Amino acid sequence: MQKENTPQLKAQAREFNFFYGPVQALKNINMPIYDKKVTALIGPSGCGKSTYLRSFNRMHDLYPGNRYEGEIRFYPDNTNLLSPEVDPIEVRMRVGMVFQKPNPFPKTIYENVAYGLRVRGEKNRRVLDDKVEQALKGAAIWDEVKDRLQDLAPNLSGGQQQRLCIARALATDPELLLFDEPTSALDPIATGAIEELVHELKQRVTILIVTHNMQQAARVSDYTAYMYLGEMIEFGKTDDIFIKPQDKRTEDYITGRMG
Amino acid sequence: MTESTHQSKQFDEELSGLRTHVLEMGGLVESQIRSAIDVYVTSETAIVKDIVENDHRVNAYEKIIDDETVHVVARRQPTASDLRLVMGITKIVTDLERIGDEAKKIAKGARRVYEHGQLTLPRVTEIRHVADEAVLMLRRGLDAFARLDVQLASEVIHADAKVDTEFKALVRQLITYMMEDPRTISTAIDIVWICRSIERIGDHAKNIAEHVIYIAEGRDVRHTKETSA
Repeated sequence: MQKENTPQLKAQAREFNFFYGPVQALKNINMPIYDKKVTALIGPSGCGKSTYLRSFNRMHDLYPGNRYEGEIRFYPDNTNLLSPEVDPIEVRMRVGMVFQKPNPFPKTIYENVAYGLRVRGEKNRRVLDDKVEQALKGAAIWDEVKDRLQDLAPNLSGGQQQRLCIARALATDPELLLFDEPTSALDPIATGAIEELVHELKQRVTILIVTHNMQQAARVSDYTAYMYLGEMIEFGKTDDIFIKPQDKRTEDYITGRMG
Repeated sequence: MTESTHQSKQFDEELSGLRTHVLEMGGLVESQIRSAIDVYVTSETAIVKDIVENDHRVNAYEKIIDDETVHVVARRQPTASDLRLVMGITKIVTDLERIGDEAKKIAKGARRVYEHGQLTLPRVTEIRHVADEAVLMLRRGLDAFARLDVQLASEVIHADAKVDTEFKALVRQLITYMMEDPRTISTAIDIVWICRSIERIGDHAKNIAEHVIYIAEGRDVRHTKETSA
């Protein structure tokens, strides 16, 4: 049994609260996100895990009345992602997101992936070609689409669309990727492909994943956080959480006992 | 184990069924040892046949329980305390099955001793005593499993040293006999084997107690200071 050193921090929530108008959805969250590791957020519906995930790329800014308190520090530059001075567009370049339902743009496969780069102002065709290929390879879909890059993305299968969305997120070289139940709309084979991809991606990017499927959290993550009623109940190595959780509420949830 | 029940009643029933089968198997194994020791103490060699026959039942329990654990893992993907229970049970069952084998060996060894007719040799009192210690370890180990009683399991672990000491003392005595009168060697060796089986039963009971601690607390106490004699 080898002792693993604590990895470097990629991000850290500190005394983080979140409010949907008058309703407090997240309560005093303190949690590290380790660099180039997969961290899974689990918990019953409404526990705040998606709310928490979306805070990392300032998705809540899109709706008035939402309010952040506390901070989410992003390393190595120690930026507070929630700070009003930080441009959310800049945050989203560094923090990519993949949603529950694949949501490719109604454009070609190529343009879906090139989109983020074009927004950034990249015009050089050769650079775009190269980046698109790299991103598609990184998302393990290149071999399936390399001969039809000009086909419309919505014509791909669900699993392919989801991998395309991952490629789209990868194209801008994000440091942190957020996955919000990325496989809940996919069959077991497509799910397996995404899980395998998550495993490969963590070589170069940090991953935070929300999943309803506990076995998926157990399979893909290095760290797991259990959330309940807007609070972080327990955070630890995935092995510890699934073999010997410290908190009875975690135990009851992952063993499928009623609270 | 948490008192609250699973959302799935079926899962609760599967786990409690597993536990019941382990305890039934344990009860059967315990009676097998008692019968085997009785053969030695009373020279009633007629029951050896029954003991050998009953060992098939022990083996059948092992297969049934293993099959049930595979079923639970495949269909329920148990986690945390449930996972530890299922994993612990597969290990406990292996120890129980081996205790069953030792009981069979004791019974057959006892029959050989009486067939040789070396009636001056058997150290009946001492062997009965050490066997009682080993059986007690087993019974308490199973009680600890039934109640997930870590304190009791810990006592069982420590009791093993006593069985080991008595085993060594018995072997020394038997060696003395053999040196004094080489005609006793064949029977003395059979008795050494019987003692050895009893000592192994103590080891297996200790293993069971260690598995109980793992199930209850997730601590692996095997081969640690906590459990070394």
